[in-house]
Amino acid sequence: MAEQKEMRAVYAETLTALADQGLEIVVVEADLMRANGTGAFAKKYPARTVNVGVAEANMVGIASGLSAAGKIPFAATFACFASRRAYDQFFLSANYAGLNVKLVGSDPGITAGFNGGTHMPFEDLALMRAVPKLAITEPSDPASLAAILKLAAETYGCFYIRLQRKPADMLYSAEEKFELGKAKVLKKGKDITLIALGAVMVQEAMRAAANLAAQGIEAAVIDALWLAPLDEATILEHCAFGKVITCENHRVTGGLGSAVAELIAEKAPGTQLARIGVGKDSFGEVGTPDWLADHFALTAPHIEKAALSLLGR
Amino acid sequence: MNKEELKELQETAKRIRSLTIEEIGHLGVGHIGGAMSIVDILTLLYFRHMNVDPANPRKADRDILVLSKGHAGPALYATLAEKGFFPTSWLLTLNQGGTLLPSHCDRQKTPGIDMTTGSLGQGISAAVGYATGLQMDHTPATVYCIIGDGESNEGQVWEAAMFAAHRKLGNLIAFADWNGMQIDGLTKDVMNMEDIVAKWKAFGWEAEMVDGHDFEAMDAAISRAKARRTQEGARPTMIVLKTIKGKGCSFCEGLVTNHNMNYGIEQTKEALAALGTKARLIPALLNE
Repeated sequence: MAEQKEMRAVYAETLTALADQGLEIVVVEADLMRANGTGAFAKKYPARTVNVGVAEANMVGIASGLSAAGKIPFAATFACFASRRAYDQFFLSANYAGLNVKLVGSDPGITAGFNGGTHMPFEDLALMRAVPKLAITEPSDPASLAAILKLAAETYGCFYIRLQRKPADMLYSAEEKFELGKAKVLKKGKDITLIALGAVMVQEAMRAAANLAAQGIEAAVIDALWLAPLDEATILEHCAFGKVITCENHRVTGGLGSAVAELIAEKAPGTQLARIGVGKDSFGEVGTPDWLADHFALTAPHIEKAALSLLGR
Repeated sequence: MNKEELKELQETAKRIRSLTIEEIGHLGVGHIGGAMSIVDILTLLYFRHMNVDPANPRKADRDILVLSKGHAGPALYATLAEKGFFPTSWLLTLNQGGTLLPSHCDRQKTPGIDMTTGSLGQGISAAVGYATGLQMDHTPATVYCIIGDGESNEGQVWEAAMFAAHRKLGNLIAFADWNGMQIDGLTKDVMNMEDIVAKWKAFGWEAEMVDGHDFEAMDAAISRAKARRTQEGARPTMIVLKTIKGKGCSFCEGLVTNHNMNYGIEQTKEALAALGTKARLIPALLNE
């Protein structure tokens, strides 16, 4: 089994390290510091830790004001609240105002698990993708999370960072370099391309690719990392195989599948596309992540089935 | 404040009122009511209290103003123009395509604007965040924020209020423009806010109500807030301004329909005459 690390621990450690380097990081929270694990940062930088209580809209407004005052705020809450509840604040006070706010949505999609449908965002990426200039990322492992947090802190502008709190497999070494809007090709292939976003789906796609390989099918796997800017060059290069499957822990409307569908329609017509994700008419449900992944047809067998169907087998 | 200073502030406010009426009159439509009701506080802040430099709008140690009731932008633009942040001729571009003076305040467009506002309730959150950031740096700057009475219906105002008191943001002085009217009618009929001073006090702020058209009363209230700031654990201050919506604009003063209204050159001319000022912007009125 691959080495794992808790993603929220990486979040707190990285922000602390960035503050140590002299960046004016401010951790902004809405009564989820225990969940997000930012106590370690607060211990070292109490004056730069701002807990607004259970008030997500205000959290984003305050982060915007902190940014206007020259700080680099990382505001975190569950992705359902970061997107649905504080959308107008993030849109206007942060993005439209041209400020430098990093909004972190934790527990995306099925990782909300036992919090159930009320807390299960399958639409946060769709909402965020409608915001001009916003960088949208879902790191897939501890190394990419650390590198992308650093990149976000050092790049002026708004970011939406989807964060799975729980442990994730190490996919990259600590030395791996990451760039804004650049995907990673995790596995080369020639028959079909799987484009996955986030730790859950990248791991399912890798599993599916291994199973397909056992049947003689060479599937490439792309870790998208960024929904915006989308790495069009890498994706289009892989459209040359003629068959693409997007894999997202999100509803199929408005997120990665939609973005790739738009790209294919405009720049690679003729490419066959299947979208793995939560159905367009489904809300979230309560259950274990494993049950939810199977219930919403996000697992490797579902990806394999879609691949075989596209390949006519 | 001596008599001369008072007279000068009154004259400055009259010029700003006149510019605001022309600015919106030239366009033919705009948020005249809530703009006119805050001209006196804007005059007092920019011409007596705020540390700002029109030649260097983003100077590091400046005081900050967040106009949370962003639709009153035209009054702030007239004030900034009168202060010298940009030529008064810009006021004729209000809301024209490509203008640097959009109806609601935009920090990326207008010299002297510190925060983008327009979705009510958001500006005060940003002001509170701004004050938090300045407090972390132990700077002497003050953050001023103006909210509306209709705006006070927004829940976000009260989230920001709780936070500012909890963090003891003594560097924050806010004003509520209590003109008693909102789009759909009198505030007491649309959404009665009851005892607003008691509400702010209950949220942990220093709060009082003064006449929003009385420079001496407002000046004294601001001076009290500034004096408290030197004390340990100073709280934020809310100064509720009892105002008249449309104040100083003859054809709309106190009209419940003046939130956003149409008027043109003739009414502008009439309002300037009532105010006792001469036109400075609208070409057709310059030689009258």
